[in-house]
Amino acid sequence: MSYSIIKLYYGDYGEAKNGAADISTNNTPKEEWPLWEIFIRSKQGLDHKHAGSLHAADAAMAIENARDVYTRRMEGVSIWAVESKYIHASVPEEAGSLYDPANDKAYRHPTFYDLPDEVKYM
Amino acid sequence: MTTLNKINYLLHLADNALIIGHRCSEWCGHGPVLEQDIAISNIALDYIGQARNFYQYAAEIINSENDPSLGFVLPATEDSLAYLRDTPDFKNNLIVELPNGDWAVTTLRLFLFSTYQFYLYNQLVNDADTQLSAIAEKSLKEVTYHLRWSGDWVIRLGDGTEESKLKIEKAIEYLWPYTGEMFINNDDSISSDWNKKLSSIFHDATLTIPAKSWMQEGGLKGIHTEHLGYILAEMQYLQRAYPNSEW
Amino acid sequence: MEKNMETIFQDKIDKEIRIEPKDWMPEKYRQTLIRQISQHAHSEIIGMLPEGNWITRAPSLKRKAILIAKVQDEAGHGLYLYSAAETLGISRDEMYDQLHSGKAKYSSIFNYPTLSWADMGVVGWLVDGAAIMNQVPLCRSSFGPYARAMVRVCKEESFHQRQGFEILYVLSKGTEAQRKMAQDAINRWWWPSIMMFGPKDDESPNSIQSMKWKIKRFSNDELRQKFIDVCAEQVKVLGFTLPDKDLKWNEERGHYDFGEINWDEFWQVIAGNGPCNKERLDARKKAWADGEWVRAAATAHAAKKAAKRTAA
Repeated sequence: MSYSIIKLYYGDYGEAKNGAADISTNNTPKEEWPLWEIFIRSKQGLDHKHAGSLHAADAAMAIENARDVYTRRMEGVSIWAVESKYIHASVPEEAGSLYDPANDKAYRHPTFYDLPDEVKYM
Repeated sequence: MTTLNKINYLLHLADNALIIGHRCSEWCGHGPVLEQDIAISNIALDYIGQARNFYQYAAEIINSENDPSLGFVLPATEDSLAYLRDTPDFKNNLIVELPNGDWAVTTLRLFLFSTYQFYLYNQLVNDADTQLSAIAEKSLKEVTYHLRWSGDWVIRLGDGTEESKLKIEKAIEYLWPYTGEMFINNDDSISSDWNKKLSSIFHDATLTIPAKSWMQEGGLKGIHTEHLGYILAEMQYLQRAYPNSEW
Repeated sequence: MEKNMETIFQDKIDKEIRIEPKDWMPEKYRQTLIRQISQHAHSEIIGMLPEGNWITRAPSLKRKAILIAKVQDEAGHGLYLYSAAETLGISRDEMYDQLHSGKAKYSSIFNYPTLSWADMGVVGWLVDGAAIMNQVPLCRSSFGPYARAMVRVCKEESFHQRQGFEILYVLSKGTEAQRKMAQDAINRWWWPSIMMFGPKDDESPNSIQSMKWKIKRFSNDELRQKFIDVCAEQVKVLGFTLPDKDLKWNEERGHYDFGEINWDEFWQVIAGNGPCNKERLDARKKAWADGEWVRAAATAHAAKKAAKRTAA
């Protein structure tokens, strides 16, 4: 397949007119600060939620930067920073075997059980 | 404290915040890495906010005095105080007006100055003037963060590479003579707390505190370095070129 | 197998299921996205410069604070977008290299100078306005990380456009000199702004592939027309004019007709011949080069600290 894409979007003028189409060599330069994933608890009682990522030299800097970047320094929040390379992810091709079985086990879901209307608060 | 002394003191606090905020804002778009660009812009924003609070309060007092002999444009506003006073009227410490230099000068200056502000605001929080203490309380939270952020950088640069160590040592040499002025008219406790904090951070940064030496001063009396004139020329240009306009 | 994957892929796209970084995707899709997202990120970062140019000269403390916050937001947008591109397997340093070497492009609008305070108003109103119109559809981009980054970006962008319009509104109520300043800024920025939507559709036949992949969702001309229709009305509120003598309402089309765009200028600016191409790129290169020892120091210190922890 060959497409030449002339203009896609804001700041992007495509390959035909000198736009870069260069793709990663996957050679992350060694001196680059590592990438961190940032999780933020926005309010007491809630779970930490993935907010985004950023680069920092160490964990302390990652947490400090997260306040500047992702909370604009709101107070009373809790921040987790995890170096991205330590995140393990399930592989999508296996997603079928990991998640599909659960779909069959409808008995895990409360609505599976048809109870008489008189039974309240269950 | 006489009313004029009070006004001048508020202007001193405001000018310090404005000018160091101005210097920090010069980094916006030019920082060493995107995340730090955002951080120093946040600090600039905090300082502009502090300056506005102090100017607004000063303007309130000036307007209630309503006395042209005090020498202020009437009615005074935060903007008339920031934009329509000239170099000799500014009462900031010399250290805040010095050029940014490199990242070492910028972060070290911020560390030296925000440490001083931290202990000063800690006192002002208990001031009998409730309006002043309220501003100090809000500012103290911000300065606590500035102090931590800049202190971390001093440690990183001191205990980083040979090159960074050389640069921060040069920065110390450059800034040191301007540190004495911060303690004029202040309790001794501020300077001793400041020295303690400095020792602890310099220790972690493997840096040496310079020996006692001649200290520059003059800012409080309106006798500045050559740099302030350029800051004001740039900052005030629109207000001066188009007088009496709304923006 | 490959064919099959491609069918599954297109099927997901057709069903509006987002593609996530670890999902299979055609190589060309990945490449296109890296180019598109990184160049969008570069645009945000370069875009900080023309506005940053006025931070130290902002005419009031309130305007100064707003402007710093706005330029800082752009840094944040750049960061979100670089992060989205990084999920596709390219590092931020590599993207910077492409920008600094001139291989990667960025929005050509930022190669125009900001000459007066009114430019801060016009950049907000027209440039951010055009950007938002381009960006809102991207919140539904087929690539998950890009779509999510854009949701965040768009939330923050609407404040940018409003503050820009407000600057102009205040100038429009001001002195004769201020009104002149504002009209002059509109005259300079109008044509470059409508060029931001890119070449005419009949000159970019292959953005069809991007539409099919739902990377891009509206054509250049559709968006441009929508933008012109909106601005032609908004400029009346300000009491200023847009510098196009052919601009007039076409009852039949239900749109404004407008004059011929100077595409030669557009391609010249992209090719590097805009008024500020060199300054903008040099400023970024300088910031990056000057920051090198700083980044190295932080890395070295982090390593020393980690070693100490291990030893302890």
